[in-house]
Amino acid sequence: MTRTAPDRRAWVEQIMGMPISVHVRGAGARDAATARAVESVFADLRAADAMFSTYREDSQIRRLQRGEVALADCSTAVREVWLLCGTALERTDGAFDAWAAVPGSPGTFDPTGLVKTWAVTHAAGHLRALTGLGFALGAGGDILVQTGPDQTPWQIGIEDPRDTSRVLATVPVADGGVATSGVAARGQHILDPRTGEPATEILSATVIGPSLLWADVFATAAVARGASAVDWVHGLHGTSGLIMLTDGTVHRWSNAP
Amino acid sequence: MRRIIVALGTTATGLVLLFSWPTSWNRPVAAGGQAVGLGGAGTSQGTAATGASSSSGSGTTAPVTATVDGAMVQTPYGNVQVRLTVADGTVTSAEAIAYPDRGGRDVQISNYAIPILSQEAVQAQSANIDMVSGATFTSRGYIQSLQDALDQANL
Repeated sequence: MTRTAPDRRAWVEQIMGMPISVHVRGAGARDAATARAVESVFADLRAADAMFSTYREDSQIRRLQRGEVALADCSTAVREVWLLCGTALERTDGAFDAWAAVPGSPGTFDPTGLVKTWAVTHAAGHLRALTGLGFALGAGGDILVQTGPDQTPWQIGIEDPRDTSRVLATVPVADGGVATSGVAARGQHILDPRTGEPATEILSATVIGPSLLWADVFATAAVARGASAVDWVHGLHGTSGLIMLTDGTVHRWSNAP
Repeated sequence: MRRIIVALGTTATGLVLLFSWPTSWNRPVAAGGQAVGLGGAGTSQGTAATGASSSSGSGTTAPVTATVDGAMVQTPYGNVQVRLTVADGTVTSAEAIAYPDRGGRDVQISNYAIPILSQEAVQAQSANIDMVSGATFTSRGYIQSLQDALDQANL
């Protein structure tokens, strides 16, 4: 009796305090090259953690925060993230503010809200280089996917923030990112830059778009913005998603590019 | 039927139909289910359909089927055109008959432009899901999570 080899495989590592899940589908799912690419993904994310972790006193970002190094002397990665944070500040009308993300310390640069999906986007290049494979790369609830030759979309469930055994919706995504932010994600609060206080009006915001990084920025900005984000998301061209308010009301949207 | 076709032609845009519901569909779910979002308020982007209709007359109980081709819509990623099939006033299918297809990133954009969120909240275990998006995933919380189960099933 012969068995056909499964055309799907998954890996999980704990990096940056969160599970990183890689699923691949396709004829090469069990190839050595695929396993090497996945290892490279994990290695890249560990390197990004070492550079950007605010929990590591020797990270570049902590040294930058303490004024021990100037931005110009930081790595190109740190400078790229700095520029992206500036763009995010503009694109969210100030709701995503990496200079107002540390409680009680306005002006301190903390790109944590953007670094994860930035690093995931870069690391996913190892998987994109594989031919004949689709992949889904999940990092603590934010997901980047790409289909293989069969074009079958990945089915993504959107977790109910009130009951993690339920999903609020499912969405098929062929190529792009799904990001969810919430009021108490990872035990950290998303601050409302206008007040410096934790945002409380949105239980969770999920944004689906062609770019995982921008989906993540917009989801975080929506939570920071509060209930008015229900209107604000209309301006996010090429995205869809949903917002659950603290009273359980769910709002959905889908915008043309 | 003719009136429906005209209504489609004046309110629906190819792109919005490609996305399967109008941009204005931002409202509480409690407001009730809604099929493919035709005729939503304020969705027009000035792209009147060309109305290539094969509608028939009235007075018959047989299903009345028609197709409507939307206008070619220019997007940052290329031109998009959608064909609707309407049966008895209900859109039964929406098919992209022209879409960006120059290879590479354009194909990815084309692939992207489909995601539609289902409307019902369901038990996660009963849904056919590959991955879960949520705000609560820590290494500690991951244990016993649905994502953990999905990973374990494929390790």
